[in-house]
Amino acid sequence: MTLREVFEPLRSRDELAFVPYQTAGFPTLADSLANLRTLADCGADMLEVGVPFSDPMADGPTIQASSQVALEQGVRLADVLAGMRGLDVRCPRVMMSYLNPLMRYGREKLLADMQAAGVCGLIVPDLPLEEADAWLVAARARGISLVFLVAPTSTDERIARVAELTDGFIYAVSLTGTTGARRHLPPGLPAFLERIRAITDQPVVVGFGIGAPEHVRALRGKADGVVVASRIIDAIRGGEDWVELAKDLKAATRA
Amino acid sequence: MKNLAASPGTFGRFGGSFVPETLVYALRELAEAYDASRADADFQRELDALLRDYVGRPTPLYYARRLSAHLGGGRIYLKREDLAHTGAHKINNAVGQVLLAVRMGKRRIIAETGAGQHGVATATACALLGVECHVYMGAEDIRRQHMNALRMDLLGAEVVSVESGSRTLKDAINEAIRDWVTNVETTHYVIGSVVGPHPYPTMVRDFQAVIGRETRRQILEQAGRLPDMVIACVGGGSNAIGMFHEFVADPDVKLIGVEGGGCGLESGKHAATLVGGSPGVLHGTRSYLLQDEDGQILETHSVSAGLDYPGVGPEHAFLKDSGRAAYTLAEDSEALEALKLLCRLEGIIPALESAHAVAEAIKRAPQMPEDGVLVVNLSGRGDKDLEIVEGLV
Repeated sequence: MTLREVFEPLRSRDELAFVPYQTAGFPTLADSLANLRTLADCGADMLEVGVPFSDPMADGPTIQASSQVALEQGVRLADVLAGMRGLDVRCPRVMMSYLNPLMRYGREKLLADMQAAGVCGLIVPDLPLEEADAWLVAARARGISLVFLVAPTSTDERIARVAELTDGFIYAVSLTGTTGARRHLPPGLPAFLERIRAITDQPVVVGFGIGAPEHVRALRGKADGVVVASRIIDAIRGGEDWVELAKDLKAATRA
Repeated sequence: MKNLAASPGTFGRFGGSFVPETLVYALRELAEAYDASRADADFQRELDALLRDYVGRPTPLYYARRLSAHLGGGRIYLKREDLAHTGAHKINNAVGQVLLAVRMGKRRIIAETGAGQHGVATATACALLGVECHVYMGAEDIRRQHMNALRMDLLGAEVVSVESGSRTLKDAINEAIRDWVTNVETTHYVIGSVVGPHPYPTMVRDFQAVIGRETRRQILEQAGRLPDMVIACVGGGSNAIGMFHEFVADPDVKLIGVEGGGCGLESGKHAATLVGGSPGVLHGTRSYLLQDEDGQILETHSVSAGLDYPGVGPEHAFLKDSGRAAYTLAEDSEALEALKLLCRLEGIIPALESAHAVAEAIKRAPQMPEDGVLVVNLSGRGDKDLEIVEGLV
């Protein structure tokens, strides 16, 4: 299933894609893979898997700490790819990491191994479109979508350029800030999403700070999907009933 | 598609701008404002006046007669950045960037600091120009450089203790970037070295290039010719590039950068990024890094907090690969010996960072003829290091 095929049926049903995130290796690699399978069973439309990096500058405390836990256990990119290969879920998987560990692994080898593992998208927060030419060409050759982020500070021109280069979805960063659960949606978010929608019809998935079913409900009709990351990791760490939370989040994507 | 080589702010295959999308607009705005300020005679006049009347420039170039005689061989000159206001070269860049921030209408300043010299310099410039200042400093560095934390507090800045990662400069930069991503619309981030995304490596270099310009004029006056060699310590590399830039086009002037060798390259406990590292991307720029085989950033070690950084400015990476500059290291013990020697022979207490450059001069001068001329950039004074030195000497 390609990323595109996720959004078309959901759009026709006025439903958001639910995209939960897990840091690979938190609390252990085996646990994170099992949790991804559980999240797929809870109705995830796509899974986002974070490959830990020692210096995650776009991430807030929750994902920093979960990455640290993974790195302390020696979880490596090769282990994550092997785990993804064995992950028997039907929904598409995308991977997120920072540029340095990806470059170190090697661009061609990474994309080949992602393809073999059935990972169809790649999110790299420190790879802006000006620096992404070689990655775009190589990813396309493997049928892998390079996912660009747009932020409230992005100009209309840049959003249009991202839309042109997008063959999966656009990741809309909900606010100026790092990742991490927040109580309320940013007040400027609806206007930001309208601004994107006026520029492009590409699927738009919103992330950063989204964690409650009412957040998700408020975004219906304004976007194509939501990423929920830190909130689920906080729930796992805090011993909350995160499976119930995931089910509630998915339920909130539907009418 | 755009050719990567044509991207602004690249130095050969190094440099660039690898940042979260949220910061792209702010960096473009900064690059434009910086370019405009260079062409603005009023701005340059204001900056020059502050450098002269407030910072105390030009700083002297001093012929270290007793040190030279003790070592035998070439004549050693010290560029006395330690005599600049706040005690290090960092003030040159801090005054320039805070002035630029005010011109851009940004009233909130953030900075990272390692040894605390850049933090103090930024806090000073903010006090002078009446803007709010927050300085991110690793908890470990606050412990090592307590006096500088105290100075920042006195100057009205908020010192934010960073508890993540190795709790040193690298982590302070991560936290400063996270603050900037969050408050980008009101805030200017004063990076203290020639690292980070474009335009920082170029802008910080230009603000520090005054060191080399003065040195050229002064050495021509005093020695009647250009130096055979200039030596500077390299953490991120701002004092070194500030010295080197003026001499890059003079092929007979050797450029030597000295990194923090810690307990030695083989020990793995060092901060010698150019000597012992490999190319990668950290903090928005492509340069040499100390990283493991998976591309995770390694913890570094140096007795000098200002050199304790696993990255280095991209222009240094370019100068290394092109062969125009040579990079070496001085171990902790060598830097401490150099510090002691300079104290006893010249009555100058250098910063531990600068003592690394002095250590290299101690090795080089005896190999030079008597009419040889060597300039050491004495980037800062050592008052801040007395507690560390007390424990080790």
